[in-house]
Amino acid sequence: MQQSPLLKVHNVGINFGGLKAVSDFNMEIHQGELIGLIGPNGAGKTTCFNLLTGVYIPTEGDILLEGIRLNGLAPYQVTQRGISRTFQNIRLFNELSVLDNVKVAYHSLAKHSILSSIFRLPTHFSGEKEMEEKSIEFLKIFQLDTFLYEKAKNLPYGMQRRLEIARALAAGPKLLLLDEPAAGMNPQETQELMELIAFIREKFNLTILLIEHDMKLVMGICERIYVLDHGQLIAKGSPNEIRNHPKVIEAYLGEEVVESHVEG
Amino acid sequence: MKKVRGFWFFLILSVFVYGIVQFLISAGMLDIYYSNTLIFIGINIILAVSLHLVIGITGQFSIGHAGFLAVGAYISAIITMKLQLPLSLALVAGGIVAALAGLIVGIPTLRLKGDYLAIATLGFAEIIRIIFLNIDYVGGAAGMQVTHLTTWTYTFVCLFITITVITNFTNSRHGRACVSIRENEIAADAMGINTTYYKVIAFTLGSFFAGIAGGLYAHNFYIIQPSNFGFLKSFDILIFVVLGGLGSLSGSVISAIFLTIVSTFLQNYPETRMIIYSLVLVIVMLYRPQGLMGTREITDFFGKWKGSKGGNSDAAKSFTESS
Repeated sequence: MQQSPLLKVHNVGINFGGLKAVSDFNMEIHQGELIGLIGPNGAGKTTCFNLLTGVYIPTEGDILLEGIRLNGLAPYQVTQRGISRTFQNIRLFNELSVLDNVKVAYHSLAKHSILSSIFRLPTHFSGEKEMEEKSIEFLKIFQLDTFLYEKAKNLPYGMQRRLEIARALAAGPKLLLLDEPAAGMNPQETQELMELIAFIREKFNLTILLIEHDMKLVMGICERIYVLDHGQLIAKGSPNEIRNHPKVIEAYLGEEVVESHVEG
Repeated sequence: MKKVRGFWFFLILSVFVYGIVQFLISAGMLDIYYSNTLIFIGINIILAVSLHLVIGITGQFSIGHAGFLAVGAYISAIITMKLQLPLSLALVAGGIVAALAGLIVGIPTLRLKGDYLAIATLGFAEIIRIIFLNIDYVGGAAGMQVTHLTTWTYTFVCLFITITVITNFTNSRHGRACVSIRENEIAADAMGINTTYYKVIAFTLGSFFAGIAGGLYAHNFYIIQPSNFGFLKSFDILIFVVLGGLGSLSGSVISAIFLTIVSTFLQNYPETRMIIYSLVLVIVMLYRPQGLMGTREITDFFGKWKGSKGGNSDAAKSFTESS
């Protein structure tokens, strides 16, 4: 933990008109960590993700990835620098096949130009072949290779979630952001997802930041947790510290309950 | 290497079609009326396919395609009529200037989405038309005299190049990037695709081929006037693409052929022409709201060319049956 953090978020805030959606948000993520970001509905968690990935430009503060400032970069540039994400409501390329969904994520890793594709030069064939092989290999890891030519929209829900994670990983991130990966899953699927997250973290030597409402999942796999409420960071620490933190209990359960429900 | 075999099949088929028609024309078995109709079909296919790249592949709803057609028509007419240069050069120049116009129009307008983009492109097309209307050098409202130079050979070569280039573009990482923008722009952005760049590229490439079609169009008639390139012309092209099925190149080709033939035959019944034409459109849209081909390609039916728009339909069928 002595090395400089992979991601450093320093006093970041954003205003929409007069509304302060997020303010004074600080976060440090080190290489290899698995961090949870929780908070009640409307706390600003997804806004934070959008700030990190360049969808919104912060009105104050700095976001540094390996010491390089990300503020103001377009989302595709942020992805190319090593942050990729999944979405709260699945955003696959529905009419594209499973294979092509992953190939899109490999886009920036292949280098053949538009002209070489139009004239079908050798670089086009070698580039496309490499993309195809890598994508198939990738889908094998996620056990999606039996549905290579299936349209993404025809997959069952759990597999769509898995494909979305596979696609985000194919973009070659250093930091993976998962926005409610377990939303809409049954306990069995959630269990599988937890195993998958642990597996990819190991396999790709990945750093992960996830938003989640399923406390079993968050408490089960995250090493550190940040808690947001009303756009403010109200607590951070290990799962145990968070579980007993009075401000967190207050945010989730309301003030009056705190007195009778402070438990170990 | 399936794709390469598919290309050779396409090449041989094209040479075959070209050869038959050229033979019939030179043997005098096709009179000028039919050969003109064939040329007109060819031009319409080029227009439909070039707009297909913008609307069907990239999902940018542009309804100003006639503007780029006009640029190509006027530039190529200036080059042949005023500068006395050959038609082949005029076609290329028309295409390039139309592509530049597409670039200039595309960079500001492609930031817009949906309805706003449609209105903006429509507005730009009208601006282009009105510029030509006010330039005396090209005849203003009276139009410009153009010699009939377009032949079946010119048309077919241009058509072949257009389809090959657009198919090759679509079935590559670049085409896939464009389709991903159509499917979900936010996700495409998050996957590292420079969406603005690809939208502008698709728009420029589409404009280039519209410009070439413009050159053929101008030299297929004896006169070009700004009124030929009004927004109704844009809608004609749009109808080819929508009727063929958004996202299907072969659909655009088939519907361009079908609608050109329908409207040519209906010229014998001028009173009822537009009524029947509209009825055909209404009927097709009622019974095939996804367009003639949906998003599929004609090659999907032969199991060749797994296009970049989503796998083969057989696998989809077997999957839905098993689940």
